Amino acid sequence: FRIMAGKVKWVTDIEKSVLINNFEKRGWIQVAENEDWNFYWMSVQTIRNVFSVETGYRLSDDQIVNHFPNHYELTRKDLMVKNIKRYRKELEKEGSPLAEKDENGKYIYLDFVPVTFMLPADYNLFVEEFRKNPSSTWIMKPCGKAQGKGIFLINKLSQIKKWSRDSKTSSFVAQSSKEAYVISLYINNPLLIGGKKFDLRLYVLVSTYRPLRCYMYKLGFCRFCTVKYTPSTSELDNMFVHLTNVAIQKHGDDYNHIHGGKWTVSNLRLYLESTRGKEVTNKLFDEIHWIIVQSLKAVAPVMNNDKHCFECYGYDIIIDDKLKPWLIEVNASPSLTSSTANDRILKYNLINDTLNIAVPNGEIPDCKWNKSPPKEVLGNYEVLYDEEMAQSDGPDRELRSRPGQSTGLKGNRARDSGKPVLTTWK
Amino acid sequence: AMLDPDRGLSLTIARIVQRLKGSSLHSQLERQARVSLHKPEIKLESLKEDIKDFLKTSGWEKKLQNAVYSELNVFPSPCHPAAPPEHMKEPLAYMRKAQGSWEKRILKSLNSMCTELSIPLAQKRPVSEQKELLNKWNEMGTDEPDLSLFRPVYAPKDFLEVLMNLRNPNYENGEQPSFRSHLGLIQVPLKVKDIPELKEEFSELSLNIGQLGIDDSAQVPPEFFENEHVRVGQKVLAEQDSAAAQQYVRQGCPTALRADLWALILNISNQSEDILYYEQLKSNVIQHDLLVDSLIYKDVKLTASNDDYYFVFEDYLYQVLLCFSRDTSVLEHFNYSSATPPKSYIQGKLGMEEYAVFYPPNGVIPFHGFSMYVAPLCFLYHEPSKLYQIFREMYVRFFFRLHSISSHPSGIVSLCLLFETLLQTHLPQLFYHLREIGAQPLRISFKWMVRAFSGYLATDQLLLLWDRILGYNSLEILAVLAAAVFAFRAVNLMEVTSLAAAE
Repeated sequence: FRIMAGKVKWVTDIEKSVLINNFEKRGWIQVAENEDWNFYWMSVQTIRNVFSVETGYRLSDDQIVNHFPNHYELTRKDLMVKNIKRYRKELEKEGSPLAEKDENGKYIYLDFVPVTFMLPADYNLFVEEFRKNPSSTWIMKPCGKAQGKGIFLINKLSQIKKWSRDSKTSSFVAQSSKEAYVISLYINNPLLIGGKKFDLRLYVLVSTYRPLRCYMYKLGFCRFCTVKYTPSTSELDNMFVHLTNVAIQKHGDDYNHIHGGKWTVSNLRLYLESTRGKEVTNKLFDEIHWIIVQSLKAVAPVMNNDKHCFECYGYDIIIDDKLKPWLIEVNASPSLTSSTANDRILKYNLINDTLNIAVPNGEIPDCKWNKSPPKEVLGNYEVLYDEEMAQSDGPDRELRSRPGQSTGLKGNRARDSGKPVLTTWK
Repeated sequence: AMLDPDRGLSLTIARIVQRLKGSSLHSQLERQARVSLHKPEIKLESLKEDIKDFLKTSGWEKKLQNAVYSELNVFPSPCHPAAPPEHMKEPLAYMRKAQGSWEKRILKSLNSMCTELSIPLAQKRPVSEQKELLNKWNEMGTDEPDLSLFRPVYAPKDFLEVLMNLRNPNYENGEQPSFRSHLGLIQVPLKVKDIPELKEEFSELSLNIGQLGIDDSAQVPPEFFENEHVRVGQKVLAEQDSAAAQQYVRQGCPTALRADLWALILNISNQSEDILYYEQLKSNVIQHDLLVDSLIYKDVKLTASNDDYYFVFEDYLYQVLLCFSRDTSVLEHFNYSSATPPKSYIQGKLGMEEYAVFYPPNGVIPFHGFSMYVAPLCFLYHEPSKLYQIFREMYVRFFFRLHSISSHPSGIVSLCLLFETLLQTHLPQLFYHLREIGAQPLRISFKWMVRAFSGYLATDQLLLLWDRILGYNSLEILAVLAAAVFAFRAVNLMEVTSLAAAE
């Protein structure tokens, strides 16, 4: 019985107020999963079901979901690395200048993921690399888990004996094996601020992969470790020192519920400009935008560019003390839990701006639309890369960061937009 | 009798010469002059002139100029030779008296806390504790001492109560309340500038002159103002000219140049002897424990650690403030401050002057929010010794005036009166309304001014504000900003009906 024929009908299996408040403020109607719905904000388990061979179903033109069917090509640690490696080799094969290498054989422009191997499959390759730098530290991460679960550091081969055995006994490891790990070179020279280690969480919205159109949320943040960073080996087991995931930091003794150990990206920029200068700071932020776009380009060919889908990713980036950014991982379901009041506001606005772009005018969607929202609805998003426009303009058209100003007294810190300026990367 | 200008000038020169004599700059200049004797361009016949030229071309004359400029900025012009030394601290007797009473109260509060908790004001640390502290020096923030029994010695609102009760005994205000009466909380007749005078004083802030923070926003093409302003800033830094830098920052500092410009204005060069001095202070901290250390810990934990912008720098704040408390060179500023450092006596020798020491060694007892003077500087300086020196200089030039009772135009009393006068003159309706609902505006803005807005403004804006404090060598801008905030929010404020709502 359709009194509310014109209103968007929504479902979610993620009970978070920042989501629900946004749906309600648009006057959308909540329905159940088995009813006719237009918008489903689903968890990654659910998207698997929707697009699986056994349980999946066709989506109609007026249905939109918040994940791409095979997002894991980007968001699983092992697949992300695999796709980037493949992308680099392809560029190298076609002689692209982007794939240029230096005298040590390292990619000049595409070396943004720490050296990574899959375990147990690449165990022997890993050992070879490990022996080149026996004093290095490596970080073991389970492929399928999030929030810092199951992560540990090693600096001795004996600590991963188990995978050595596994590599000898199993000749094939299924992609979805729960025991699959990646092992990456640990960045032991992170940039420290106030003596503390941090990582960057940036939100990136992708509305289509082919052509690639992606947006960067201006209000990312830094997550600081509550305990002083020390590269000393005795602290390897202290996860509070090394991991910046809020889920882990929250249980440390020093966790503060007012600021949650988080800094805005504009604070980071102010600090770096003041202490390191403007050129190197601009260069850093340009590089960060660059590596995000390259990671998306790397997976674009293998992504199922289903027109019912959009996705908001949480990018985790670490900056080392030479001001080089490293891509650590990409999250398909960035946390919507709020650890502080500021956090709640940020996430609320993030969802709001995301919905404004993904569901134009807040009306019943038509997945055949051109996915080109007008500038006015972007909110705190900025165009990061628009392949269609880039192809028509010539040189890559992307975001060139420009420092904005905070306005007003505390509590109102929206930054002015940086103008997207035509710039040629390298 | 007015001081004859020539006499005044020669007194000033004499004082500056005396202060610079024996300074490290003096010995460096002597050394440079001696070294230059080996140079071919120095001829015996024209020795004096040639050395002078050499010092000029090698940049040493500029360093001397900067040092002289610095002295002129910090020390007030000498008063009449017949005036007693207290007059350099504070010419008005009733102000001196009020400051003295306030100091007695603070010291009493500190001593009673000391007695209650049975903690000595100072004691030597056992060797094991010294070792532990040395190991933890870079992460004192992870320490969790039990601070529950400590209270801040005072908070800004306690200080406001004192200022509200200030009266000039020579001033009879028996007239009937009239349109001209001052309706604010401050009831002393100090001279404050009005808008025309402020416009003249702060002429570089007029609407037709470019300002960073406004005219460099994303919508304005950088060719209009920003590029040229940055270029000029780089030139000023290259010339290493303190006076030019001070003039330049009145229009705001580019973020990338600010750290160096401030250091130039404050004449901080972070030489090896400065680093050594800082290390010496650090070892004082390691060896002796002071009661005020706990007050500092408590303050940092209550304020900066909870601040979105500054929590990252918690450890630096301890490294600066603990050393600051032990720095006896800070005592010098009491020559021109209305305050006097508190004295304490070695146990059992109360009243015996030969057993008197200043407590804390730098004579400054921290209050609630004190650490917020240091916090914004952490965005600019990440090397502890330089951070320390910049803060110390900022304190002895500016911040001390915000918590001592004086008639100085940059003193907190004048700032409060300036704020109230501006508001009452230009926004009378708002002023009366707020007064009616029991929300005297100064009750809201006082804490902003005492903290120089630290913690009340986003850091990038705060730094632009402090640019102007340095540029004009005055704190009056704090009162103007406070009044401007009220003007900005006037419409909303007219609707409120309580102090809490106004806040």
